[in-house]
Amino acid sequence: MAGWIFVVTLVLAVVAAYRPFGDYMHRVVTGTRHSVAERGLYRLVGVDPAAGQSWGVYARSVLAFSAVSILFLYLFLRVQDKLWLSLGLPAVPDHIAWNTAVSFVTNTNWQAYAGESTLGHLVQMAGLAVQNFVSAAVGIAVAVAFIRGFVARKRPELGNFWVDLTRITLRILLPVSIVAALVFLAAGAVQNLSGGTDVTTLTGATQHITGGPVASQEAIKELGTNGGGFSNVNAAHPFENPTTWTNWFQLFLILLIPFSLPRVFGRLAGQNRQGYAIAAVMAVLALASVALTVAFEVHGAGTVPQAVGSAMEGKETRFGVPGSAVYAAITTLTSTGSVNSFHDSYTSFGGMMPMINMMLGEVAPGGTGSGLYGLLILAIITVFVAGLMVGRTPEYLGKKIGAREMKLASSYFLITPALVLAGTAAAFATGNNSTALNSGPHGLSEVLYAFTSAANNNGSAFGGITVNTPWWDTALGLAMLLGRFLPIVLVLALAGALARQKVTPESEGTLPTHQPLFVGMVVGVTVVLVALTFLPALALGPIAEGLS
Amino acid sequence: MRLPSWLAQHLAALRALLVLTVLTGLLYPLLLVAAGRLPGLSDKSDGSLLSVGGRTVGSSLIGQSFADADGNADPRYFQSRPSAAGDGYDPTATSASNLGPESVVDTLSEDPDDAAPSLLTQVCARSVAVGKLEGVDGSRPYCTTDGVGAVLAVFHRDGFTGPITRVVSVNQTGTPFVATYEGVTVEPATIGEDYQALGGVITPIRGSVTRSVVPADAVTASASGLDPHISPAYAQLQVPRIARERGLTQDAVRTMVRKHTDGRALGFLGEPAVNVLELNLALDEGR
Repeated sequence: MAGWIFVVTLVLAVVAAYRPFGDYMHRVVTGTRHSVAERGLYRLVGVDPAAGQSWGVYARSVLAFSAVSILFLYLFLRVQDKLWLSLGLPAVPDHIAWNTAVSFVTNTNWQAYAGESTLGHLVQMAGLAVQNFVSAAVGIAVAVAFIRGFVARKRPELGNFWVDLTRITLRILLPVSIVAALVFLAAGAVQNLSGGTDVTTLTGATQHITGGPVASQEAIKELGTNGGGFSNVNAAHPFENPTTWTNWFQLFLILLIPFSLPRVFGRLAGQNRQGYAIAAVMAVLALASVALTVAFEVHGAGTVPQAVGSAMEGKETRFGVPGSAVYAAITTLTSTGSVNSFHDSYTSFGGMMPMINMMLGEVAPGGTGSGLYGLLILAIITVFVAGLMVGRTPEYLGKKIGAREMKLASSYFLITPALVLAGTAAAFATGNNSTALNSGPHGLSEVLYAFTSAANNNGSAFGGITVNTPWWDTALGLAMLLGRFLPIVLVLALAGALARQKVTPESEGTLPTHQPLFVGMVVGVTVVLVALTFLPALALGPIAEGLS
Repeated sequence: MRLPSWLAQHLAALRALLVLTVLTGLLYPLLLVAAGRLPGLSDKSDGSLLSVGGRTVGSSLIGQSFADADGNADPRYFQSRPSAAGDGYDPTATSASNLGPESVVDTLSEDPDDAAPSLLTQVCARSVAVGKLEGVDGSRPYCTTDGVGAVLAVFHRDGFTGPITRVVSVNQTGTPFVATYEGVTVEPATIGEDYQALGGVITPIRGSVTRSVVPADAVTASASGLDPHISPAYAQLQVPRIARERGLTQDAVRTMVRKHTDGRALGFLGEPAVNVLELNLALDEGR
């Protein structure tokens, strides 16, 4: 019961934020005035904020910024022992540094390392947390550029990446993070630069209470749907997620931007109802997934949960089973991947739900920006399928979905399944699946989960598997890299193609894309596409385990 | 000289990254560190440390183990949940067990370092240990009375079908928990055999126990390995022992448990939970 009130209040809060926060973000990305700080920043960077960029220039700017970010972060990790606040920890080994650099730049935040025993405070805050900000901003920028492609009338410009990056970071992410970090601070999250405190416990043992700038990192980690925890156990750690209400607040932060972006879409398209339709698709998928995950976990099927009497292994007392299951669903419906409980120990079907959420392409509501552009791709595919049924050239927001558009959209959809399934197969073919902790179908689930999480830029894991080997770090690094930037290039190319078109006026035969019928069709197309793609793999893992 | 555009782009990217690093990677966290020095926030930003007579004994947010150096529970204290963080409640090695819901077959070995108990056996063993400590019945479904997973490998003539030819209790090297299974004598396991690979169908046996008196949180490891809480039910189970060991009435101990129980936040978020370290400190101080 308490679990359902938890969900209902969360939904109400997200609904309440949709209009005001969406409108605010719309103003940020459309405003024509630059603040003094921003003008100074553009001068330092050496870019002209007034220059419009075609899709090619926009894409090259995104790729240049991300490439430089990966290189910078890699070097930062490799020399952390020579810098301040390293806490005496050694340089990060090359394969883990590569994996971690890619992971944070791609908004994945997969953790091949344990924070408390690998990273000093400086690299956490000035290396990883910076990417928490900018990788989220890149996602939003790409989504906004994509929408601009829809609304442009025979103009190739999609905006200016440097302006989008700067404004989204300074006007959206930073202010909300400051407020959220203060909230976490007040709840008990630590925020210091100390190496920790040795205490003598009541029974005479020594315990090392860790320190670090945790509250500030926690805020942007959730707001930017990043998910990389300060410590190994992420948001299960009492210093990251101290209370039952911070658990609620973290989920609100995770959902805030992805669920408000459809409003930006509606505003930019000049039809708010188009935004409501997209938000409705997200909401239908999200609510169904949350309900199923909670139901599976509370039911507690399986030998060990039955022996225990409840699926409490790997869950914290203060969150309980429902509060953990809701978190697991939402962290994978978005591209967050922070966890407050350990999915590996979930019931078979409860643990399958996070995988399905990611396999949906993280579109309900998905990551900051990536969720919106992912769902718009699915909407385009739906429009196309519907057009085929009635034999008309499909249109979306007055733009024709022709051969070129469909090629780009379907390539987008194929990338992550190809990475997930090929990666999983490669792990088994090379014997690298042997690092899985569990055996049998659950061992396959650990491998499948790892590639699903990496290719979809989620970052959560079935944590039993050992992934800090050179093979795993390299393979998952590639999956994250390709799973992030190939779709981004395709989305921007599609935006370029749409931007060049003139607007076709609506006619009687145009499929309305703001009505419940269309919402239902997008949900249907999404579920069918994902089921057809991944059902065989799931049948060998969680389904085999759950039915045995 | 005009730079080629690809180079100019990467230089702009580098400069943008550096500027944003200063803003979001240094100024932002340091501003929050400064905010953490404010009165009212400084205790929390330092880790909610608890002191007794000038000696720091822990953090109210981080659980600890109330056992002696050999790992035996100190009976004067309320016990925390099992922990998979290092050797238990080690904040420098936070972890969950990550064992799955069907982790039921132990890896048996003469050498305890090579042996890997399944999650089921860990649960069963903890249940028996808690039962013994609290003087209650520690039996559970799917567990043997000696505290391992009650799991059989059942061999059929034709793989999954046909008459049963052989039955092994895979987690026991001594006397099996049942003498026969569907008329076939149950054998004990031999160390080093993988009965699943030999074709045995792994069959957990539920047994006659329907519900255990030992609560779920007492037999499962938490997510962080640092869970500062136990459930009110687990605290109640420990009350008679604490009262006996400390010469208090059970009612007095129960009152203290209630005082250190955090209800659901705002009445509806999360689960009620008892802060173990704060409760034990209060017991020591006679409050």
